[in-house]
Amino acid sequence: MAKVLMKGNEALGAAAIKAGCRYFFGYPITPQNEVPEYMAREMPKAGGVFVQAESEVAAINMVYGAASTGARVMTSSSSPGISLKQEGLSYIAAAELPCLIVNMMRSGPGLGGIQPSQADYFQATRGGGNGDYYMPVFAPASVQELVDLVPLSFDLADEYRTPVMILGDGMIGQIMESVEFHEAPPRPLPSKEDWITVGTGEKRSPHIVNTLRIVPEVLEKFLNGYFNKLETIKQKECRWEEYGLEGAEIVLVAYGTTSRIVKSALASLAGEGIKAGLIRPITLWPYPQRAFDRIPPSAKALMSVEMSAGQMLDDVKIASAGRWPVHFFGRSGGMVPTPGEVAGAVKQLLGDRE
Amino acid sequence: MTTVQEKSRGLTGSEFSYCPGCTHGIIHRLVAENLVELGVLGQAIGIAPVGCAVFAYDFFNCDMLEAAHGRAPAVATGIKRVLQDNVVFTYQGDGDLAAIGTAETVHAAVRGENITIIFVNNAIYGMTGGQMAPTTLLGQKSTTTPAGRSRETQGAPIRVCEMLATIPGAASIARVSVDSPANVRKAKKAIKTAFETQIAKKGFSLVEVLSTCPTNWGLNPVESLSWLRTNMMPYYPLGTFRSPDEEAK
Ligand SMILES: Cc1ncc(C[n+]2csc(CCOP(=O)(O)OP(=O)(O)O)c2C)c(N)n1
Ligand code: SF4
Repeated sequence: MAKVLMKGNEALGAAAIKAGCRYFFGYPITPQNEVPEYMAREMPKAGGVFVQAESEVAAINMVYGAASTGARVMTSSSSPGISLKQEGLSYIAAAELPCLIVNMMRSGPGLGGIQPSQADYFQATRGGGNGDYYMPVFAPASVQELVDLVPLSFDLADEYRTPVMILGDGMIGQIMESVEFHEAPPRPLPSKEDWITVGTGEKRSPHIVNTLRIVPEVLEKFLNGYFNKLETIKQKECRWEEYGLEGAEIVLVAYGTTSRIVKSALASLAGEGIKAGLIRPITLWPYPQRAFDRIPPSAKALMSVEMSAGQMLDDVKIASAGRWPVHFFGRSGGMVPTPGEVAGAVKQLLGDRE
Repeated sequence: MTTVQEKSRGLTGSEFSYCPGCTHGIIHRLVAENLVELGVLGQAIGIAPVGCAVFAYDFFNCDMLEAAHGRAPAVATGIKRVLQDNVVFTYQGDGDLAAIGTAETVHAAVRGENITIIFVNNAIYGMTGGQMAPTTLLGQKSTTTPAGRSRETQGAPIRVCEMLATIPGAASIARVSVDSPANVRKAKKAIKTAFETQIAKKGFSLVEVLSTCPTNWGLNPVESLSWLRTNMMPYYPLGTFRSPDEEAK
């Protein structure tokens, strides 16, 4: 298929419809308004359904209902709206329902601002709602990667019966880039027949989609099975990119929009003879800890670069397991760091170390 | 031997979890009998609330979901938008529907969702032990209104049917009671009308059923029925507030 120039939010909508998503439930919030607007225009043409819900709380519960029928379904929002979806997300994880949730992050806390941010990292990677759960979280760094991750997210959701989140930011949602829609490599997916609630036809016993497990032994038994599933996801689904690690004196760790800025910074540092590399997590949960085993002996320090006050920093420290000192550079509040600022932070750190 | 009455095949064999004398059980039976008599049990998908009816997923003999507190109408919307020919119903208490889930209820009606809501109004939070509900009557004591509900501090109770009747998408709205055999028969008919409204795709339907909570009212089952008649019925008049035959206003 030929390349087309598209805004991230619209490309997301197009990719979802191509991936067989026919149900979208959402609520307006900047900077992701183009997603519901695109779906309102395009879903009916694809024979699908778009509903503008009365709130994000309602939208995520509509997703819960639609996912229970086995349909491919998604919702999208931005930070304050994603906060409202946390209740539903916890229930969806507990009921083991497949669906896609997209967060085009803006700055916070509170109403914050509408500029790009990565300050919902904790919320996305630590469950966010109540209880012991996690969900796969993908962090695209370009519109092309966003488009490629959509069918993968739906497939993963179906394969593991889990909600999957794509964690973008205002930049990924708003930027226009040329994209190509690829056919996703076919993945064998389990049948949903044995659990979906579509009516018994009085031919089988009722299916029940439920998250109440009031007997502690029953809930613990369920959770043990659930944690086994999460363990499989951790083993099989970690994704990351390594960039310029060979001979690197310092390794930066960044995801999404920030990773692009870091790449520009690395180029300018290379011009000055400073060898720095990048680990770019593509899955934020499960966190690609194995990537850190591939850091060469030349590296003397790590630096997490984020559009937040330092959230992924915790995971970088866990992954480093004390092998390297871990530093941080970030801008927050909707401020996007420049390559010059990142390069400056690296030079300062290396200078301090001399 | 002749069989006079059988348990509806719309109900499973599971024993109800309700207190003795609680009318939740009667309402379950009426819903189940209607699903069977309308021939839609196999297409039915029910949604249990958070409240005393939380275990309803074990009692109705059809596909069932359990929703978060107050969210059943949104969950029902999600199902119905996918399965437009199935019969989708929620079963909700007054706290679930008229406090935490008010927005979900009102907007399901606004959209004219083809779903049916069975709304059990017992003027109290049953499951959590007798706290004030949005439908608790003025002067009624609860564990969080120990001196009785007052207009000044808690406001007057909400009349759900009257409120929903102002919404054009609400096609069938009725309030019934299960305090006497005659009223049980009327309640069954109202629930039937609600399901028929949905089956005919005429829009949103809700039946409010005045129900007892002997446990948290601190009354025996018989006293509870008379308390319902004396105190609830005057404030919550029985009747049809919207009918599918009416011209949409
Ligand atoms: C988000 C949330 N808040 C509070 C609760 C606790 N809770 C459980 S049942 C209930 C009240 C239910 O009352 P009602 O809807 O009137 O139903 P009843 O038990 O009287 O049938 C509450 C507050 C909960 N489960 N979830
Ligand atoms: S607490 Fe009240 S509403 Fe709940 S089952 Fe008992 S009597 Fe019925």
